[in-house]
Amino acid sequence: MTKFKAPNVYKGIAAAPGIAIRRAYLFKKAIEVINDENITDIDDAIHNFNEALEKSKSELAKVFSLAVDKLGEKRAALFEAQIMILDDPVLIEKITSRITEEKKNSEYIVNDEFSKYQDIMIASHEPYMKERSQDIEDIKNRIIRNIRKKKWKSRITEEVIVVSESLTPADTVLFSRMKVTGYITNFGGLTSHAAIVARSLDIPAVVGLHDATENISDSDDLIVDGFNGIVIVNPTEEQLTEYKTKLGKLDLLDIKLAKLRNKKAVTKDGKKIDLLANLDLVEELEYIIQHGAKGVGLMRTEQIFQEYETFPSEEQQTKVYKGFAEKLYPLPLTIRSFDIGGDKVLPVDVKEPNPMLGWRGIRFLIDNKELFKTQVRAVLRASTHKNVKFMIPMVSSFLEIEKTKILINECKEELSDEGHPYDNHIEIGIMIEVPSAALMIRDFASEVDFFSIGTNDLIQYMLAVDRGNEIVNNQYQEFHPSIIRTLSFIISEARKTNTKVTMCGEMAADFRAIPLLLGLGLESISLSPSAIPYAKSIIRDLDSNEISELAASCLKMKTEKEIHDTIDKFYFSNFGDTSYEFYTTTDQ
Amino acid sequence: MIEKDVNIINNAGLHTRPAATIVKIAAKYQSEFYILKDGMNINGKSIIGVMTLAAAKGSILKLTFEGDDEQEMAEEILDYFNRGFDEL
Repeated sequence: MTKFKAPNVYKGIAAAPGIAIRRAYLFKKAIEVINDENITDIDDAIHNFNEALEKSKSELAKVFSLAVDKLGEKRAALFEAQIMILDDPVLIEKITSRITEEKKNSEYIVNDEFSKYQDIMIASHEPYMKERSQDIEDIKNRIIRNIRKKKWKSRITEEVIVVSESLTPADTVLFSRMKVTGYITNFGGLTSHAAIVARSLDIPAVVGLHDATENISDSDDLIVDGFNGIVIVNPTEEQLTEYKTKLGKLDLLDIKLAKLRNKKAVTKDGKKIDLLANLDLVEELEYIIQHGAKGVGLMRTEQIFQEYETFPSEEQQTKVYKGFAEKLYPLPLTIRSFDIGGDKVLPVDVKEPNPMLGWRGIRFLIDNKELFKTQVRAVLRASTHKNVKFMIPMVSSFLEIEKTKILINECKEELSDEGHPYDNHIEIGIMIEVPSAALMIRDFASEVDFFSIGTNDLIQYMLAVDRGNEIVNNQYQEFHPSIIRTLSFIISEARKTNTKVTMCGEMAADFRAIPLLLGLGLESISLSPSAIPYAKSIIRDLDSNEISELAASCLKMKTEKEIHDTIDKFYFSNFGDTSYEFYTTTDQ
Repeated sequence: MIEKDVNIINNAGLHTRPAATIVKIAAKYQSEFYILKDGMNINGKSIIGVMTLAAAKGSILKLTFEGDDEQEMAEEILDYFNRGFDEL
């Protein structure tokens, strides 16, 4: 953990927004000491073991049905294999006969037998086998706990913040029904199960704290700040007052935001801004509609690939895309083609010396034509309600757009021949995330229907800074004058050609960037669903002329610091108590 | 006894879902069914056993079937392998 400011403050990954102040509930799962006593009553031990299996089965059946509800059938399938283990004839026969022969406690035999399988998995070179061993650990501990006839510690009756090494899918699903007001874990990132469930249930969460379980004891008082990824252990009076004040304001803001739900995102002087959502997960769809998004500006599809563990077939993809499109109808769904490579997993084992400058995005897709066509056909087949758009990542040349369009037309012809309906006027857009594409906007405009600015990559390519490289990542500057000028160029060139432009990178969700971006003329942004109400409340307090002036002055500046200072000044002079206070302004 | 070598042909290899399906198919038959890989002989009716197999695309497994209904059992299981676990 990186500590800063006070010694009781820890920084992790902000996985789900919100603030919670509650007692810690340390959730430990490991069975510490295995009892290896000899036994005399073998029948009793076997009876106990069988009872424990039945009990575990009924517990897992509950988890399974809850998981189907909350996570969808695909992810829930994981629990089916766990249930099957409880019925494994070879395993159960072996354990039963060992209890009889060795006259040892059943928990000792269970632990020993399961561990043999885990050892094989851990010894494997495949990384997923280690995860599989964790699943086995989970089920082993469940059986042992039931042999001891102990209740799962997860019966939480008061409101607590759960602190754990990591949370298995089963835990997260079960916790979601109890009075858990926050999650803290040692491991995990934004896409871990705990984070996903926390976000979809609006429970603040901080993950990836490394040693949270060592620094936090049961019943410690905790503050979880899911906006900034901060955890405070046994807060001082001062810290507590600060956060209680924030919490009070947040409640007021919630009321204000709830009222905004059906209001439009318009500036004070009536300029309309489209707020779209970035969609990663099925669970977020409800949330998106609730938060008043005008559609989905970016649906990443790499996730579907990960969920299926292999490239999903055309039928599987069609089903997923169509399901989303129908749920959103009449709101638009922008599907981005598989953006593979770079820091994202490549399905084929290719070692590249510099993957960020390598075989990724559209380059990979054009070289893997069959795979690309499978996706294009699925997107087209999902477009029958005319609310689907298709977007291509990492475009850097005109030729790539031409090739893509030829391929899309091929797919259209095939589908027509096969009698599959589709939207013949489906909008095709490209991501602007490579500097060469930013410079070519005017030429590209004749070929595409819309542009979407991907700031994360654009910034890293423009400044030649790898965000993942700790030595240089302090030079990754969202507000570098060259970035602001490039954005201004993209937006004005797109406007000259009457082509729609939106932004879907992290910058679009940065409250400090919003006034500046809109001041540059951007009229549409796509951001994570939970950030939408905040963005809306900021936009409704802005004045078009003032933000145009802000943008004009920033375009003249030479350093990022000048731009930061100008924006800060702008906020101080224009805002009272609004959401921006919940995000710390200094870079941690 | 029937003995056959099979190739893993789907991209994701023998992951949890196909492992579960193989065991479910095997459970329908009386015959014994073993999977041999890297010197390990795994009982194909044991889900936890099959889950220990790290069989990526391109791996070759040796399958053996022995018993009264070995013919039918072998056919159904080999067919499932040859369909790439329905993931092609």
